[in-house]
Amino acid sequence: MNWLLEPLTYEFMQRGLLASVIVGVLCAVMGTYVVLRGMAFLGDAMAHAILPGVAIAYILKGDLLIGAGAAAVAIALTIGFFTKDGTVKEDTAIGILFAAALSLGVALISTMQTYAVDLSHILFGNVLGVSAGDLWLIGGLSLAILLTVALLYKPFLVISFDPVLAATLRLPAELLRNLMLVLLALTVVVSLQTVGVSLAAAMLVTPAATAYLLTRRLAPMMIVSALIGALSSVIGLYLSYYFNIVSGSAIVLTATLFFLLGFIWKRLRKA
Amino acid sequence: MSHIPHRLEVQNISIGYGEKVILNDLSFQIPHGSRVAVVGPNGAGKSTLFKALVGLLPLQGGQIFIHGEPLGSHQDCVAYVPQREEVDWRFPVTVEDVVMMGRFSQIGWLKRASSYDKQRVQTSLSQMGIADLAQRSIGQLSGGQQQRAFLARALAQEPHILLMDEPFTGVDVTTQEMTLKLLEHLQEHEVTAIVSTHDLNLASSRFDYVLLINHRLIAFGKPQDVFAKENLAQAFGNSLLVMENGVMLVDECCPPESEAK
Repeated sequence: MNWLLEPLTYEFMQRGLLASVIVGVLCAVMGTYVVLRGMAFLGDAMAHAILPGVAIAYILKGDLLIGAGAAAVAIALTIGFFTKDGTVKEDTAIGILFAAALSLGVALISTMQTYAVDLSHILFGNVLGVSAGDLWLIGGLSLAILLTVALLYKPFLVISFDPVLAATLRLPAELLRNLMLVLLALTVVVSLQTVGVSLAAAMLVTPAATAYLLTRRLAPMMIVSALIGALSSVIGLYLSYYFNIVSGSAIVLTATLFFLLGFIWKRLRKA
Repeated sequence: MSHIPHRLEVQNISIGYGEKVILNDLSFQIPHGSRVAVVGPNGAGKSTLFKALVGLLPLQGGQIFIHGEPLGSHQDCVAYVPQREEVDWRFPVTVEDVVMMGRFSQIGWLKRASSYDKQRVQTSLSQMGIADLAQRSIGQLSGGQQQRAFLARALAQEPHILLMDEPFTGVDVTTQEMTLKLLEHLQEHEVTAIVSTHDLNLASSRFDYVLLINHRLIAFGKPQDVFAKENLAQAFGNSLLVMENGVMLVDECCPPESEAK
């Protein structure tokens, strides 16, 4: 038992664990829509697209999370704007904006000299550097996003499964679609601290993809996905503590292991 | 709302995507509780008309009235049974979940289903003969069963107007017969059913009215009037063959020249 409790004697580990679990659950729940609506590419793009926001916030010595949040919302709405009425296909718009934002971010960063350490934290996360203030922000935002997803369960289900039914039921599909993009953007921002932008996409896709293999209804899929996300975060953080691995990588690799187990289980059941 | 006659009125509508006009200046009136077959060659604009009737495609001109009021003023009186290709069959929902979606706007978007809603779903499932499949994933069903699940959803929605896009294409005989029975049942409840089909014989034998279109209105009325030689020639050109016993065959292989562009 001691090996389980020992890391928790450090306050930064307690905060790190809490933050990872919150982010793990949040990403996993939003991830169900990412997987079902085929938005994996969007999630990845979103994660990289917030780089210029972070860079500008850093230059202006502002809060990195706020910079990232502003960039993410701007990107989400711009994608919605370009793809409205099918003028440009969604994956094309994402591809263009993703590359442009990433380039802008790197361009901004290249004007600075002392950025290397912080850049690696942004890319791969720094879960052990979560302050009490960060934790409140992560917790508050996550709660707001999860509540929105719970309240809008039925509208989101309908626009994802059957857009025509959404139209006959007079749902504001366009508005809901944009709201979902904003929620996805905020989720990526919240994950910035624990797994970093490079690995946020994995936390969005992997637990949800695993849950998709194990369940056959949306609500159970969300719950199983959340469990896998939380477990991956806890196990990953302990691995990171004892084997001295970067925490974001350890968390994502644990989630990938769960996916492989789920995949094998599904294959064996079919055979 | 049930005391208002169920009626659909289409006035000079034009529908298209961007510059391209698919349906031009279409006008017709459908009396309440009738069964209407929408007929025309491939690419004539049948699906486009349906998309406009549910409000998915904006009109380029003209107006649609339901119960004398413009499209959109009624919350959910139009139900739509989509074509097979329009549905993501791998989505994690059970048959019961799909049918329950038809109740969503009556339940309210933020509330839980009442026992009445659940009972309504059960009745609809039984009516379509798939009550025993309620807990199956929608993707596990056969094509005909999947269609019946969507018909059950349309029933649960308690619509005034039901739109069905090609419900007789590629389904088993049981499903086809159940669909036709459902149409009769709906007629007793004064529900208007508008059904697109390639089967001209079915259209002439099992429907009250036929709407014959090919980018524009060619004829609308009783089947025997609409299926006159000159109307059919206008709609189908050379791709139609009328047998001596009255059976009509359409050559589906090649769309007419005008659409090839």
